[in-house]
Amino acid sequence: MPRWIQAAVFILVIVVIVFFAFGLRVRGESQPSSGLAPDFTLKTFDGPAVRLLDLKGKVVVVNFWASWCIPCRDEAPFLEKTWRQYKDRGVVFLGIDWVDPEPDARAYLKEFDITYLNGPDLGTTIAPLYRIKGVPETYFVGKDGNLAGNSLGPIGENTGYMTQAQFVQKLETLLAAK
Amino acid sequence: MRQQVLSSGLLVALAALALFTAAPARAQGPNLDDETNRIAKTLYCPVCPNTPLDVCSTQACAQWRALIKEKLQQGQTEQQIRDYFVQQYGDVVLGAPPAQGFNWLAYILPAIGLLLGAAIAWVTLRQWVIRRGAGAAAPAEAPEISKEYADRIEKDLKEL
Repeated sequence: MPRWIQAAVFILVIVVIVFFAFGLRVRGESQPSSGLAPDFTLKTFDGPAVRLLDLKGKVVVVNFWASWCIPCRDEAPFLEKTWRQYKDRGVVFLGIDWVDPEPDARAYLKEFDITYLNGPDLGTTIAPLYRIKGVPETYFVGKDGNLAGNSLGPIGENTGYMTQAQFVQKLETLLAAK
Repeated sequence: MRQQVLSSGLLVALAALALFTAAPARAQGPNLDDETNRIAKTLYCPVCPNTPLDVCSTQACAQWRALIKEKLQQGQTEQQIRDYFVQQYGDVVLGAPPAQGFNWLAYILPAIGLLLGAAIAWVTLRQWVIRRGAGAAAPAEAPEISKEYADRIEKDLKEL
């Protein structure tokens, strides 16, 4: 067999292996819980765009949700209630609506009377930064702009994820940090 | 007076004609559900990867199908609807990545593999044919015999 064919086969096999390895690596990565929070700009439903980086100095709660997600409905009243309690203490809540038709999302926000900043993940560009596996997922960003933990499922009692008390405790800890 | 009656009659006739012609057009128009499913078949919801939107049973996909139907009712074309979904949710909703940038590799690599395979098959077959041809053309080698034995055969043949 000519040498050029042998070389071409070798190169092709290497390229295919590299592709598979890269794909497996990306799929295997879990959601981040520490380090610098991936920056994004959220175009809110009714207001201006908000950039995460600009919120440095505040505690930020990033919550991924969707109107078709039942556990999101369960935690929605608690998130809104907590936001109202902490909004004057330097805490910002950002709701990111994931793969959701806008009319349904707006109806959801109205249903739960949600007043904190919310917007669609346009083009699904934010979710991959946090490598979310589904909704709801919540990420805590400290005043320094670093991630300070997450809840990879609904916040509540007996959910197997973060409880409401742990959520509040997390906010207090982050507010107390310099 | 007669002229008024005539023009009124003409108007009524025109209105009736418009009604009769419009009704069959609606009936012959594409079935909205079929059209919705046809477009949904080519889109993928990230909630359930590798499952086309038309057969996915999740609430998210049901909402997406309702949105397609709504946009069809608004008179949007298939391309407009597809563009809307890509803009809202990204390329991930398409069954195949758009042929641009790094994505080109997904289209080129299979073709390169096919060409390479064909080249290997051709070279290998050619080598076989050459070897077989060379083998068939080679004269059969005579068995080696001793000079004494050869002389004896010559002698016997002469005596015949």
